Amino acid sequence: MAATTEIKTDVVILFAGDSGDGIQLTGTQFTTTAALYGNDISTFPNFPAEIRAPQGTIAGVSGFQLHFGSHEIYTAGDASDVLVVMNAAALKANLRQLKAGGIIIANTDGFDAKNLKLAKYPDGVNPLRDSSLEKFKVYEIDVTKITRTALDGSGLGTKEMDRSKNMFVLGFIYWMYNRKLDNSIEFLKEQFKKRPDLIEANTKVLKAGFNYGDTVEAPMARFEVKPAPVEKGTYRSIMGNQAAAIGLIAAAEKSGLPLFLGTYPITPASDILHELAKYKNFGIKTFQAEDEIAAITSSIGAAFGGSLAVTTSSGPGIALKGEAIGLALMLELPLVVVNIQRGGPSTGLPTKTEQADLMQALYGRNGEAPVPVVAAYSPSDCFYTAFEACKIAVEFMTPVFFLSDGYIANGAEPWKFPAAADMPEIKIQYAKNELKEGELYKPYKRNEKLSRPWAVPGTKGLEHRIGGIEKENETGNISYDPENHELMVKLRQAKVDGIANYIPLQTIDNGNAKGKLLVLGWGSTYGSIKTAVKEAIAEGYDVSHAQVKYLNPFPKNLSEMLSNFEYILIPEINNGQLIKVIRDKYFVDAKGLNKIQGLPFTSREIKNKIIEILKG
Amino acid sequence: MEAVIVEPKLTAKDFVTDQEVRWCPGCGDYSIIKQVQTVMPELGIPREQIVFVSGIGCSSRFPYYMETFGMHSIHGRAAAIASGLKAARPDLSVWIVSGDGDSLSIGGNHLIHLLRRNFNVNLLMFNNEIYGLTKGQYSPASPMGTVSKSSPMGSVDFPFNPAALSLGANGTFVARSMDRDPIHLREVLKRANAHKGTSMVEIYQNCNVFNDGAFEVFTEKGTKKLNTLMVEQNKPLIFGEQGEKGIKLDGFKPVVVNLADVSANDLWIHDETDQVKANMLVRFFNKPGEENALPRPFGVFYTEQRFCYEDALAAQISETIAAKGKGDLDALISGRNTWTIN
Ligand SMILES: Cc1ncc(C[n+]2csc(CCOP(=O)(O)OP(=O)(O)O)c2C)c(N)n1
Ligand code: SF4
Ligand SMILES: [Mg+2]
Repeated sequence: MAATTEIKTDVVILFAGDSGDGIQLTGTQFTTTAALYGNDISTFPNFPAEIRAPQGTIAGVSGFQLHFGSHEIYTAGDASDVLVVMNAAALKANLRQLKAGGIIIANTDGFDAKNLKLAKYPDGVNPLRDSSLEKFKVYEIDVTKITRTALDGSGLGTKEMDRSKNMFVLGFIYWMYNRKLDNSIEFLKEQFKKRPDLIEANTKVLKAGFNYGDTVEAPMARFEVKPAPVEKGTYRSIMGNQAAAIGLIAAAEKSGLPLFLGTYPITPASDILHELAKYKNFGIKTFQAEDEIAAITSSIGAAFGGSLAVTTSSGPGIALKGEAIGLALMLELPLVVVNIQRGGPSTGLPTKTEQADLMQALYGRNGEAPVPVVAAYSPSDCFYTAFEACKIAVEFMTPVFFLSDGYIANGAEPWKFPAAADMPEIKIQYAKNELKEGELYKPYKRNEKLSRPWAVPGTKGLEHRIGGIEKENETGNISYDPENHELMVKLRQAKVDGIANYIPLQTIDNGNAKGKLLVLGWGSTYGSIKTAVKEAIAEGYDVSHAQVKYLNPFPKNLSEMLSNFEYILIPEINNGQLIKVIRDKYFVDAKGLNKIQGLPFTSREIKNKIIEILKG
Repeated sequence: MEAVIVEPKLTAKDFVTDQEVRWCPGCGDYSIIKQVQTVMPELGIPREQIVFVSGIGCSSRFPYYMETFGMHSIHGRAAAIASGLKAARPDLSVWIVSGDGDSLSIGGNHLIHLLRRNFNVNLLMFNNEIYGLTKGQYSPASPMGTVSKSSPMGSVDFPFNPAALSLGANGTFVARSMDRDPIHLREVLKRANAHKGTSMVEIYQNCNVFNDGAFEVFTEKGTKKLNTLMVEQNKPLIFGEQGEKGIKLDGFKPVVVNLADVSANDLWIHDETDQVKANMLVRFFNKPGEENALPRPFGVFYTEQRFCYEDALAAQISETIAAKGKGDLDALISGRNTWTIN
């Protein structure tokens, strides 16, 4: 049947099904194809909390949301235009997210009595058979049956055949959006290198999905989403944790230091370990320690030995590392502490996102223990921010917090990546043996940055002892002297405060430098704020957006920037943390917008608040 | 050892720092540091290649008094810090100094993992069966019934046997010595240094302030010979005032015999490479004076050659580099799938 083709500027598709349905793969395949075509895109996978939740249940639903367009895309989208559901549970879990008038593509085989029961629909109720989906366009396809028919005679068992169902869906969506199959066919060839029969089967089903659109006896809409006018250059798709790992390696290469990662697995930070463990040919040493305390302390040992030391975790693990972060700070050794935040407190919501560990990073230690904090704002920004964290750590000889969260850690976007040569060199100041006869080495003598040069074991004449007990200024000897303690506390604080002289000034991301309302964000809220502010400006509202990356110390001009606006709005995926710090430091009556549902903001939520403030 | 020989030859004095030693007068720690400083020059390792890492406790003040690189860290974590240091820098000679509380209580987890990974480091466990620095609470090494500040009616905690624990954790070098026997201690320290792998040396150390005399039956002239058993490789297990007693295996049961009654050939011959016998030996842990008490053994109980974590890690890196070539940052950043917008 002939299909009409409608032009769209952007589309949100949500693929949902059982964790065994190959949803993540379908999503990432569509993502690369769309990106290769030139669309801007942002994605967000939504994993079930349990690894193998019972099939067909709501708890077992895995989702992959992608937002692509012919203009710039900053978030994975508030609500979806298309909802692909492999079973009844997937529909039930995600229907809320579908726009009115949206398209539902339902695998009818997943709506049999058994699946309906598992999805907890009342007896006799089938949403495909009653009027509950009236507001939407529903395309029912018996994906299982067609897949099996397509593979009839392939010699594969039904179980193996059914594994290709996702390829049918992918092929069909490619048809809907006028995409070529090449990229995915290439992928299948690579993926099943050792199983030519599976390459053939999956390719066949993929094509069957595509052809279905043309042959089916029902009018179905086709859409076109033109390439986005993105900046010229070469791109790749990148996920946040992947970017963080590469950023750490880049910093190691640019500083000439061997990279050491001491870590203990935890969601959603483990992928950084998985990534780094692959790259042994960069000389990286990854150490899966017995617990988070050993993870960080082994890193401190490696830092003492002259490595670029990193420890990665999430909130609960960071809590365990608290005492050792204090030690690194006292020793004045470089250390990058990565926190990929998740819902808390305690075990909280391991697979969901939150920004509730800012206070922990800023203040979560005993004693006066200032630690620089930087936060990434998007998947690709994790690369630059991880790099920056390393640079600050070694140049100022201090532990540094790198904050990210589950949303950007697992989210992906196209990235116009830099050339290695464009990344700045990281200069290390090593202590040298320039001692005169009889002179003792002073490990805590500071340079102009108030940082102490790194005296690495193996350097003759620089034998020295450092420790967590308060030390005498310059000599580093144990000291309980009252004035000395106060001096040391102030010196350590001044060193961290002084970093403000070396970091970039805060910039306005969008809008005027002076005006009515400034939306001040940090971390992963960037995309939603960016979209909301852009729309609000287009509608004539006087609103600007700034995203703070350096959270300790703040950029020197932040105070002045805040004073240029009548209202300050701080949206956070927590109960109000940055807002407390901003109010405390700058005495401004900032307003908060807080969401604590384990989910990112939709841009709509932020825009509504902007309008409320500006109209109120 | 992997280190280079230095000249001119260092002396014990070269390992003494300018810091005033702050242990209580009469503390066993004094003797231990003296033996360590005496042994150091003999090892032929340049001072700048040596690192002492400690936790927290009286004993953990040790690094401040050693003219080498050193780190006095936080309670219990020395083993983990040393693991990271050794993984990063296999070329260094790494020594861990830790108390019984530091390594058996708060640091117990790191201790067992250090032993199983078998980093090539030396662990000196100063056992005074008490928390010294915090002024006298019983420790996980204190025998049941120990009267201390935190157990005025006697402790109801069953103690660890550090040597048995270390063997159980697959340690590859397990030994025991004491502060009051300098010659023995120096020998054991040298053996520990020579062993490639984690060398666990438990050192009985008298805390004369909070647990005075805890080991006196083993360390003092009048009782030492009858209650201790100094094991030596390939030598029969003999002890007693005049060396008149021995240990014989009756099936799997060690029994004390009078040499007069048995032929020397029938005695247990010490073989530190025999894991089964080592397991029995470390379990000679009777309270002195108990009926049929076995003497407390000292010396090197067990040694085993097993790969060290840091070597396996380094080997994996060089093998990967050999197979794939050195990593290229540009290739890493770009990944395998890119597209260009013109
Ligand atoms: C995290 C932490 N908990 C508790 C303490 C207090 N503390 C310091 S040393 C010590 C025990 C020391 O005993 P041991 O390790 O046997 O060393 P000793 O002083 O006997 O040589 C304790 C409990 C501490 N410093 N840090
Ligand atoms: S308290 Fe005990 S262990 Fe500590 S220094 Fe004094 S005697 Fe030694
Ligand atoms: Mg003790």
